[in-house]
Amino acid sequence: MKLKAMTTTWRLMLVLALSTAPVSHAIEQKLVLTGSSTVAPLAGEIGKRFEQENPGVRVDVQSGGSSRGIADARSGLADIGLVSRALKPEEQDLKSFTIALDGIGIIVHRDNPVQTLTDAQIVAIYTGKITNWREVGGGERPITVVNKAEGRSTLELFLRHFQLKNSDIKAQVVIGENQQGIKTVAGNSGAIGYVSIGTAEYEASQGAPIRLLPMAGISASVENVRNGSFPLVRPLNLVTRVEPEGLVKRFIDFARSKAQDDLVQAQYFVPLAR
Amino acid sequence: MSEAASLAVSRDRTLDRLMGLAVYASALLVAGTFLWLLGDLLWHGAGRLSWSFLVSVPTNAGRAGGIGPILVSTLLILGVAVAAAVPLGLATAVLLAEFLERRSLFGRFVGLSLDVLAGVPSIVFGLFGNAFFCIFLGLGFSILSGGLTLACMALPILIRTAEASLRAVPDDWRLGCAALGLSRAAALRHVLLPAASSGLMAGLMLGIGRAMAETAALIFTSGYVDRMPSSLLDSGRALSLHIYDLSMNVAGGDANAYASALVLIGLLILINGTSLWLAERWLNQRILTL
Amino acid sequence: MTWSRRSISSPSHADARLAGVLSAAAGLAAAILVLIVLFLLRESWPVLEKVEWLRYLTDAAWHPSEGLFGLAPMLGATLASSAGALLLAGSLGVASALFCRFYAPSSIARQYRRLLALLAGIPSVVFGFWGLTELVPLIARWQPPGTSLLAAILILTLMILPTVALTADAALAAVPEGYLQGAAALGLSRSGTILGVALPAAKGGIVSGLLLAAGRALGEIMAVLMVAGNVVQTPHGLFDPVRTLTANIALEMAYATGEHRAALFVSGLVLTGLVMLLAGLALRQGGTRSHV
Repeated sequence: MKLKAMTTTWRLMLVLALSTAPVSHAIEQKLVLTGSSTVAPLAGEIGKRFEQENPGVRVDVQSGGSSRGIADARSGLADIGLVSRALKPEEQDLKSFTIALDGIGIIVHRDNPVQTLTDAQIVAIYTGKITNWREVGGGERPITVVNKAEGRSTLELFLRHFQLKNSDIKAQVVIGENQQGIKTVAGNSGAIGYVSIGTAEYEASQGAPIRLLPMAGISASVENVRNGSFPLVRPLNLVTRVEPEGLVKRFIDFARSKAQDDLVQAQYFVPLAR
Repeated sequence: MSEAASLAVSRDRTLDRLMGLAVYASALLVAGTFLWLLGDLLWHGAGRLSWSFLVSVPTNAGRAGGIGPILVSTLLILGVAVAAAVPLGLATAVLLAEFLERRSLFGRFVGLSLDVLAGVPSIVFGLFGNAFFCIFLGLGFSILSGGLTLACMALPILIRTAEASLRAVPDDWRLGCAALGLSRAAALRHVLLPAASSGLMAGLMLGIGRAMAETAALIFTSGYVDRMPSSLLDSGRALSLHIYDLSMNVAGGDANAYASALVLIGLLILINGTSLWLAERWLNQRILTL
Repeated sequence: MTWSRRSISSPSHADARLAGVLSAAAGLAAAILVLIVLFLLRESWPVLEKVEWLRYLTDAAWHPSEGLFGLAPMLGATLASSAGALLLAGSLGVASALFCRFYAPSSIARQYRRLLALLAGIPSVVFGFWGLTELVPLIARWQPPGTSLLAAILILTLMILPTVALTADAALAAVPEGYLQGAAALGLSRSGTILGVALPAAKGGIVSGLLLAAGRALGEIMAVLMVAGNVVQTPHGLFDPVRTLTANIALEMAYATGEHRAALFVSGLVLTGLVMLLAGLALRQGGTRSHV
């Protein structure tokens, strides 16, 4: 009886598996993109549009981090790597193509009365020299410093801009992804963190209790990232091992073209100024 | 004598009362927390649930549209995992419970290795699955790799519970089978396994639960692609991975993340219910308790 | 009395074949662990052969890119969070099992068991997400930063509770009816029956469930990643943010190369070793195998 039930189950699963078999078209070409989880959603959307305009082509996007994107592009496991930063000096053997920009802004809780912080104050807060909001004009509240995990592109940009080393930073919370940062700050009225500007603008507009702070007097907005006046900006890159040609070149040109700007903006990044 | 006895009785009674209080309080705490969690999910996600959500494709990086292809991928991954883990797990459990002595070296080695397997972090399973199934066996990012990796993860729970429930079957029944001249294989098939079926089902449900709850292992094995899979060798995004991506990576994906979580729980209720029903069917058909 | 080749002989060839097939299957299941350990060793080799064992415990900090491999604070955090969760989940889980078996009417018990089975399947992501958006702000109001050892313990408890409760429930169900009837005949109170007869008889199954739960707690990643704070420091109090070994692997693996990556695999080895130790201890106790 058990045997019968089991074979029935296996038969059902076989039917399920076969029912998803392709109707009849042959997939001629496949592009594999792996890398940064920040860029992956955007790459996925661009890929879907590319598939619609080029029937017979499949674009598979996997995540796993910027380092994986670099490693897979080098080893050939992926056709294109997704990297959420500029290439480092030791990675100059690869070719990179920027498809969008992302600004990094400081966020605090909406109930925090502090309206602006100077660069020196930010450094002091992050290195643990200032520990209470009262010292910078806020209420009597201990500061909860939110930092990104080691190796993340956002962190490296932040460190480079403020000329710090990661071991200098005294944080109370270390986060991985952007959304974790936003939710941490939203849940703690004494928290301060740094996240993608586009994402923070969107979340704030949806009612999340966070606020972007201006940096060096320039307000943190997508507009200021686009016109180049905001100081802390990172490129989102597609990288390849050799000069792209054929399908890879078509995809990269497609991704960088103006027609895809709406996709870039839909993910709360900033399209390239052309 | 009577004073000591009545002291003992009243102490017993207070202990009884305390214990009852503790047990009821614990049960309430657990049920209450779960209902809090469920309530939160319903509050945020119920608005997005609909039939079209279940069958349409995700659009706008998952923020809009539905989870159709993702559900299919999840069911396929689960199917592969169950198809791989159940025969292997059942066989191992039967061996441990019926054929080996308690002190046998092989039995202890297998048992130890299963206990250790239960504690390996899921990301290590994912990286191992990537290296072994995707690269070494050449399956690439695929539903097959994901399902096999999950099977490895669900095995310990499956085997442990199955073994325990087999051991719980009274020895008298085994002696009865032997007296009737049944071979061990026949005894297992007709008497022992049906008798242990409720425990076996509990193990299966726990194993499936563990498999469906997995995220980290699947990022590296079955992948991120949210297209409708056309074969088991295609990459397919599992529901738990979709929930992770929407809540942690995509701004504005929260509502669909909650809705997907509700769908996952609904799926679990369905699977658990079916398993329990199957178990009762076997038991009622085979065993008459007088 | 158990079957063994010596006590009840079955002349059937089918049985011999069956035993062979089953042994092969069990061997395969056991081989998985061996493969995983080999994999971990291979990936961590570059660092294993360079850095001596003691440095993992004595180095000042965890900055692999600068050559510092101090795992001690994270090891402490892993042990503290898992121990706390086991304590809490163990007591609540056993209490739940007692509730199902001895206190609740059978219909309520059935629903409660279904609830627990459901809880077992909720993804760690959902637990983590819920913890981050509901639990952590609550704790933060009490004592910032909110993401802390306490949050990790509470979330882990919620995650391993079903395993403990359901296995304890199964173990209690396996207690022979005769024992309970005997206790009633002796006039034992309900608490006396539970403490003196049922729990000792079910001890093996309960310990087995606790071991499974311990394994899960030690290996949990997503949920602790979101609620524990991820600061590499030895926890001095319940409200300190901590980073467990597993969260560390998840946080840094995506961006680590070369030695850093190998160092992360070393921490994976340490975890596996820890679980092996735990399992070995339990085996020594004889708790995992014995039942009445």
